[in-house]
Amino acid sequence: MMSDDKIIQPSLAVEIAGLKLKNPVMPASGTFGYGEEYSRYLDLNQLGAVVTKGMSLHPKAGNNVPRICETVSGMLNAIGLQNVGVDAFLEEKMPFLQRYDCPVIVNFFGNTQDEYGEVAARLDDVPGVAALEMNISCPNVKHGGIIFGTDPKAAFAAISLVRKRTSKPLIVKLTPNVTDIQVTARAAEDAGADALSLINTLTGMAVDVKTRKPRLANVIGGLSGPAIRPIAVRLVHQVVQAVQIPVIGIGGISRAMDALEFLIVGAKAVQVGTANFVDPNAMATIIRGLEEFCRDEGVADINDLIGSLEL
Amino acid sequence: MNNIKTIVLSNQEISPGYFRMKILAPGYNKLASPGQFVMFRVQRSLPPLLRRPFGIFRMGFMPADCDNMPPKEFIELIYKVVGSGTEIMQGLHQGDPVELLGPLGQGFDLGEPDEEKILVGGGIGLVPLYMLAEKMVDNSNVSLLMGGRTRDDIITVTEFERLGVGTYVSTEDGSLGEEGLVTRVLERKLEKSPHATVFACGPMPMIAAVQKICLQYDTPLQVSLEALMACGVGACLGCVVKGAGHTDVDPHYLCTCTRGPVFKAEELDWDKDEMTVRTSGGCR
Ligand SMILES: Cc1cc2nc3c(=O)[nH]c(=O)nc-3n(C[C@H](O)[C@H](O)[C@H](O)COP(=O)(O)OP(=O)(O)OC[C@H]3O[C@@H](n4cnc5c(N)ncnc54)[C@H](O)[C@@H]3O)c2cc1C
Ligand SMILES: Cc1cc2nc3c(=O)[nH]c(=O)nc-3n(C[C@H](O)[C@H](O)[C@H](O)COP(=O)(O)O)c2cc1C
Ligand code: FES
Repeated sequence: MMSDDKIIQPSLAVEIAGLKLKNPVMPASGTFGYGEEYSRYLDLNQLGAVVTKGMSLHPKAGNNVPRICETVSGMLNAIGLQNVGVDAFLEEKMPFLQRYDCPVIVNFFGNTQDEYGEVAARLDDVPGVAALEMNISCPNVKHGGIIFGTDPKAAFAAISLVRKRTSKPLIVKLTPNVTDIQVTARAAEDAGADALSLINTLTGMAVDVKTRKPRLANVIGGLSGPAIRPIAVRLVHQVVQAVQIPVIGIGGISRAMDALEFLIVGAKAVQVGTANFVDPNAMATIIRGLEEFCRDEGVADINDLIGSLEL
Repeated sequence: MNNIKTIVLSNQEISPGYFRMKILAPGYNKLASPGQFVMFRVQRSLPPLLRRPFGIFRMGFMPADCDNMPPKEFIELIYKVVGSGTEIMQGLHQGDPVELLGPLGQGFDLGEPDEEKILVGGGIGLVPLYMLAEKMVDNSNVSLLMGGRTRDDIITVTEFERLGVGTYVSTEDGSLGEEGLVTRVLERKLEKSPHATVFACGPMPMIAAVQKICLQYDTPLQVSLEALMACGVGACLGCVVKGAGHTDVDPHYLCTCTRGPVFKAEELDWDKDEMTVRTSGGCR
């Protein structure tokens, strides 16, 4: 509740699917490595959670170069989900993260329903893994490479399978590259997701007009950064209305004001992606900014802001 | 390694299209080694969104503004204006705020003392070689082979000479030094001193040609590469190059920002021309 009293220390703590976060700010998968890469610049314990680079059953080498390209207020990437694979992750990367008391959310993907299930199972009893984030923006190789997240039936089946193979809180990360995101959101909820996160990158393309070649070796890539924020806010707004489970907002957040937009439309937490590249301290600055905003606006508990959109 | 909010100390055009920027950089003299780079944030507001990678040309101390203050630490960048970010950079003045993330990456391996060192620089690729020369001149015989398209691309050679480095200049149009490619000069040099180590930085075709020559003479080679970078710290995986043993079925990628930008030639996959990074990745 808004109050007239001076707020000394506003509470930023939020809870998502039983997961208690000291604040609603965490990195977006693939923009923060395995945490270690940025640990010199930022105290990971300040964060609401750490979210790792997407993990698959087997190591993945990724795409040919060029893999990235700057665009107006954004960037395209086609990294190709390069990662060390779940076993190497558990052996080489997880011990570092276990030294922190910040919850670790492991992002993962598969190219078949069974691969999704297998990765989830291997992560299930790992201490320190607080939750799983399932990236469904991946081609379903058994079904002509159609992206799981754009096919509500395939998404439902894969999520239902993962649900059976994990006892951890399950966050499903939605792709914005669909006609009606409310349909996929409901499919994910019905399949047993505990929370949703959105948006993953929007597909895009750029051309070098002199060489007449695409700027990415993969031709098409994913657009991220400030350019996508209004689309992301709109999609979060729509998803919040369609489901009962909590939603994590992602897309173009680089300042506290950006994060607040998502919280006000109803996101329980936010993820910061491309902004980490621009400023390794971005998340710490955003957390401080949220605190200041609450203090200035007389908000004692950030939960009072969540979903406070006035229509 | 750190991100510092700092200011420009000076910024001058040293040759048409080439600028030299001095930046206040506390801590760098202790931390940075030859071949390392910084991720430079051109301005706090957008655009451009991403930081730009630049090699460190030189670092040092300058007198403080008043007696009871410690001397000011600086680094110098030399950059060529090629796109949106460097266009903004050329307009920066003394006192303008900028941010430096660094020093980053693996620099040069200084090798054995006493053995002969040959530096090969193509145009702006000369930048990381200066601190390397500074470190090596005391105990090795160091020479610099500097190439460019025209005389405008030949920068700071006299500063290498002042260090005691023997310099050879070549330009493609013959407007300064010998006419032709710097690689021809390298071949002649290796003919005489096959036991040297070569350090090269420049455009990819030059680096590829240098690699062929060094292979032929069985001369150890270290190269400094450029790649499109978003983070500079190993998080985005955007900056990879193909490592030795790379095949399409068993790909093997190395991050230029953390495993490089300096690589020993044998760490890389030289067979495919695709190893060439596409420069100027801008979307203007
Ligand atoms: C390790 C390293 C050291 C470098 N050292 C120097 C140096 O000392 N002096 C110098 O002039 N240049 C150096 N470069 C190249 C420099 O980063 C680019 O010239 C610069 O990023 C161009 O930015 P722009 O905005 O003017 O060009 P734009 O074309 O508008 O840039 C658009 C995007 O493409 C990237 N990009 C464009 N060209 C290059 C390139 N050649 N290499 C990497 N990224 C590129 C930019 O960073 C940006 O993200 C170095 C590159 C690397 C990787
Ligand atoms: C270089 C890069 C790599 C990414 N890798 C992944 C990934 O492995 N898994 C995933 O679910 N999302 C990945 N994403 C998407 C981000 O997590 C995020 O959803 C998207 O970038 C939008 O947020 P932003 O605008 O704040 O960057 C990646 C994004 C970028 C820029
Ligand atoms: S620039 Fe991001 S991993 Fe190298």
